[in-house]
Amino acid sequence: MSRGTAVLLVRTAALAAAVLVLELLCRTGVISPQAVLPPSVMVAAMVEVLASGDATEPMLRTFSTVGLAFALAVALGIAGGAVLHATPRLRHAIDPVLASYYSVPTFVFYPLLVALLGLNMTPLVVLGVLSATPAMMIGTLAGLDGLPQVLRRVARVQRLGPIQTLLTVVLPAAMPSLFGGIKLALSYALIGVIAGEFILSGSGLGYAISYAYQSFDNRTMYGLMLFVLLVAVAANGLLYSWEGRLLRRRVRS
Amino acid sequence: MPEAATIPEPHAALRGVVRRFGGKQPVHALGPIDLDLAPGEFFSVVGPSGCGKSTLLDVLSGLGHPSEGTVTFEGKSLRGAVPEGVGVVFQEDASFAWLTVRENVAFGLRRAKLGSAEVARRVDGAVAFMGLAQFASHYPAQLSGGMRQRMCIARTLVQQPRLILLDEPFGALDQQTRLLMGDELLRLWRETGATVLLITHALDEAAMLSDRVGVMSARPGRFIDLVETGWPRERDSRVVSDPHFGKLTARLWTSLRAESLRTMGRG
Repeated sequence: MSRGTAVLLVRTAALAAAVLVLELLCRTGVISPQAVLPPSVMVAAMVEVLASGDATEPMLRTFSTVGLAFALAVALGIAGGAVLHATPRLRHAIDPVLASYYSVPTFVFYPLLVALLGLNMTPLVVLGVLSATPAMMIGTLAGLDGLPQVLRRVARVQRLGPIQTLLTVVLPAAMPSLFGGIKLALSYALIGVIAGEFILSGSGLGYAISYAYQSFDNRTMYGLMLFVLLVAVAANGLLYSWEGRLLRRRVRS
Repeated sequence: MPEAATIPEPHAALRGVVRRFGGKQPVHALGPIDLDLAPGEFFSVVGPSGCGKSTLLDVLSGLGHPSEGTVTFEGKSLRGAVPEGVGVVFQEDASFAWLTVRENVAFGLRRAKLGSAEVARRVDGAVAFMGLAQFASHYPAQLSGGMRQRMCIARTLVQQPRLILLDEPFGALDQQTRLLMGDELLRLWRETGATVLLITHALDEAAMLSDRVGVMSARPGRFIDLVETGWPRERDSRVVSDPHFGKLTARLWTSLRAESLRTMGRG
């Protein structure tokens, strides 16, 4: 058995054991089933909610908002990181702000964003972008800082223009660090949008979970929570897998 | 300072080249230097650490610009860019880790307006010439340091440069591999007919490979000796057993010793 398979087996077994323990605790009444549904019921509830079609519209709305916020955050983060890298004085001024950005609860701006932009998709996209962009900027800066100077010199010897150098040398060379930023940006965009929907929105998965909670509809609430959790894990898993494939080429076997 | 040998129609030439770096503590790194490289010549540069050898290569390639003086390649003045026909191989690992050997080599033809069949023919030829045909689909991480450097040479070679500049390309390799790589380089030089300028800190490498060796002074680097080796064009690493080889390295060391001591603060 390969090391990778063994790790995967141990990981799966640990997760299965945790789910089993929760199932037992709920079934035996140690944890009240009114407060927490057994995992098997959560799965059944998720299938029911998805099959009913009630979650289709909120799902599309939430994921399109997350997708848009994520794409904008990646683009803005790479551009912002590149600008900061190219202007050391600006970077010197911005660096402390960037480093402490994670301590800022961006959700507090959501009411302000609604007041400024209206109760629609836009403030949620802005909230997602605000949450995710700094991670992408930091990843970009790390990638550009670690770029060997000799690769830029090769680009000059090949007489590549600035855009060609960026696309064919700089970005591919910085990809491992960029990927770190991309993974975090996806997580922050998802958290930003769903939390925003929770707080003040009238639509989306976050709102649907919040509405089910306020209506004491545990089955819908846990079903949707499980669905969001699985989507987040699957998306990150896909990115990890893609990253792993890219990195394997760069590491001495 | 001895006069640089004058060649009727130099392939590349430096005239009164000086390089200074500004900043809080300005540094006079190089020159004044005059140098003519004859077409098809193999010229090596040796000198103490920090004497400006790599700066000389930068200026000659167009990667850097001289503070004073002029640099010409095939009669045209260099104007802040690497001209077509010049290839550079660096000391550091300059392989693109995300590309296979074949893709790394093909990268050298990115700007060439060639058909895909011609690109494939040239790439396959360069890969085979450097003995990497079996590794064409490998990534750099799967290769040894010497193989990666050969791949970088193939990436330069595929462009069919007329002037090849090498900045200590074998600096990170062991002695046996360096000797064998030297043979590869001589074969490349003979078969392409290119003019070659090699920067090296190894006197034996310079004495073995070159038609002429320029010995540089401590900073600011100037040529203090130009040594004609007198080797025939058909040569390889076996010249190290020739008594003349010992005399050449002895002369190079005699010229260089005082400058190296100066670099160490003992001159």
